[in-house]
Amino acid sequence: MWKTVLRRVLIMIPQLILLSIIVFMLAKMMPGDPFTGLINPNSSPKEIARLKQAYGLNDPVPVQYVRWIKNLLHGDLGQSYIQHVPVASLIADRAQNTFWLSLLSTIFLYGIAIPMGISAGKHEGEWQDRAISVFNYVTYAIPGFVFYLLGLWLFGFTLGWFPISGTVAANASGFWGVFFSRLQHMILPAILYAIIATTGTVQYLRTGIIDNKVEDYVKTARSKGVPEKVVFNKHILRNSFLPIAAFMGNTITGLLGGSLIIETVFSFPGMGKLFLDSISQRDYTTLTALIMIFGTLTLLGNLLSDIIMSLVDPRIRVK
Amino acid sequence: MDNQQNVLLDVEKLHTGYRLQGEFYDAADGIGFTLKCNEILAIVGESGCGKSTIVSSIVGLYDRKNTRVEGEIRYKNLNLVNLSEDLFNQVRGNNIGMIFQDPMASLNPLMKVGDQVAEALLYHTDMNKQQRRDRVIELFNQVGMPKPEAMYDMYPHELSGGLRQRVVIAMAVACKPEIIIADEPTTALDVTIQAQILDLLKKIQKESDSGIILITHDLGVVAETADEVAVMYAGQIVEKADVKTLFTHPLHPYTRSLLNSIPQSDGDKDDLHVIQGTVPSLKNMPRTGDRFAARIPWIPAEAHEVDPQLHEVEPNHFVRCTCWKTFHFQDEG
Repeated sequence: MWKTVLRRVLIMIPQLILLSIIVFMLAKMMPGDPFTGLINPNSSPKEIARLKQAYGLNDPVPVQYVRWIKNLLHGDLGQSYIQHVPVASLIADRAQNTFWLSLLSTIFLYGIAIPMGISAGKHEGEWQDRAISVFNYVTYAIPGFVFYLLGLWLFGFTLGWFPISGTVAANASGFWGVFFSRLQHMILPAILYAIIATTGTVQYLRTGIIDNKVEDYVKTARSKGVPEKVVFNKHILRNSFLPIAAFMGNTITGLLGGSLIIETVFSFPGMGKLFLDSISQRDYTTLTALIMIFGTLTLLGNLLSDIIMSLVDPRIRVK
Repeated sequence: MDNQQNVLLDVEKLHTGYRLQGEFYDAADGIGFTLKCNEILAIVGESGCGKSTIVSSIVGLYDRKNTRVEGEIRYKNLNLVNLSEDLFNQVRGNNIGMIFQDPMASLNPLMKVGDQVAEALLYHTDMNKQQRRDRVIELFNQVGMPKPEAMYDMYPHELSGGLRQRVVIAMAVACKPEIIIADEPTTALDVTIQAQILDLLKKIQKESDSGIILITHDLGVVAETADEVAVMYAGQIVEKADVKTLFTHPLHPYTRSLLNSIPQSDGDKDDLHVIQGTVPSLKNMPRTGDRFAARIPWIPAEAHEVDPQLHEVEPNHFVRCTCWKTFHFQDEG
């Protein structure tokens, strides 16, 4: 088991190096430099040249790259061009918000999708399956932002059941007060996200169950006199979860990536919104750091998926 | 007669039909046979002639919504036709063990093979976990698996086809069933392994006095293993005899054609005999007259019975229809 993990971690190292080179090159290609926004109109070109020299921007590109990597490894992601605070602390705040929202979304997602997938697979062709298919078509066809805006308008503005933006009410106090206020702010975006994101999970599970139902090993299990309920849970369902397990790692690390659209629609200060803001404000240091983080998360997600897969599927374990 | 007492399974007038576009069509059309203990009964025939339908009717492994089973399948005092799912679960694995065609597919890829065999014990015995494990290792020994203890914790993908089939056999005999149904147990294996698996089946049968129903389309397997043979065509048994009679003195045109289609190394014919046409599909199966008539068109219609019956032409040798009396191969003129 640990050998599989070790092998995968080793494979990750060159991938990370390649990623960092690409991100660095992109950053170098962007217009502007760290002094953009710091300099007042009266600064002389001479002064700028002196600063550039002092901060090592005239050094050869490889030297700058190595310095950047060194800082990165020390947790120094640079200063935000726009907000003038360290990028690391900016991201830490946002990552926290995103993490809780995503966690809640994921719980809702699996809470809705798994029972639906099982029901559709179990009752293939019956009314349950047909109803779920209709639901899937509808949610898959509606663009996310339309659905979120509709939900926001209906449950936020019109019915007033949920707050429409932010993470916590200004007047919330005490641990539980803040906790419930935060929860209240997250429920609507989380549920809306979960409802519209179910399609993949439901379809994978449904197809898995329908395919596995007629597999020979299911017939073998029945021929042993195993009760139908156990046949379903132990033999059919476990095998049907494999495709979902394959994505689980990315789903988990995706918790930190956040959702661009939902955070923007709900003005929720998370990673996705930070990413969008840093693009529109040309906050290159933040942008670079975020791209590096998203890339690393994707790689970690793949690693985690592989670990989960090798835990649930003996065929994948490396000896 | 003690012959009667030895009967394990008595199938009579079994009709199993599948629903196709709202109507039922019988895939097994009036099947009757008996299985005695210590006997290997082979059921042979081409694909689509209803062999597997009989198996699934006996053990209740059919889609209840789209299948209609009528007739009698007597096992002891129990009529297995349309038994409830719960009762079937008590019989399956316990009184009737099953071996399937493809050992690559008939084991759950996510479960240790030992646990899969132990699962059969879980529902039919009150052994505890350790006892089940010991019994499985004993079974692995019995079916000739090397290092049975290490094998317990293996996963199916780590075993060869032959070993997997031994696991399946261990599973089938775990609860010492009186009846073992082997549905094409060697079809997916290569020839050297086939012989080993057949020997193993015979060995297990001798040790346990059980009766085996062997479903196959391979006449070589039949000759090597079976005691009694039933030849099926288009949902009906067309000839039934002991294995020696059937191979030395086949009567029904279909049996003779099948035997004539086996390559012979000492034959002086260059061309292999080919039976014209195919088994009719379930929907287009002729329900009156001789069902095989269409594939021997050179035999005049009056040679066939209008409603072909199984006739006992010699003691324990049954042949359907009377066309065998005048049957000749086409090239015999």
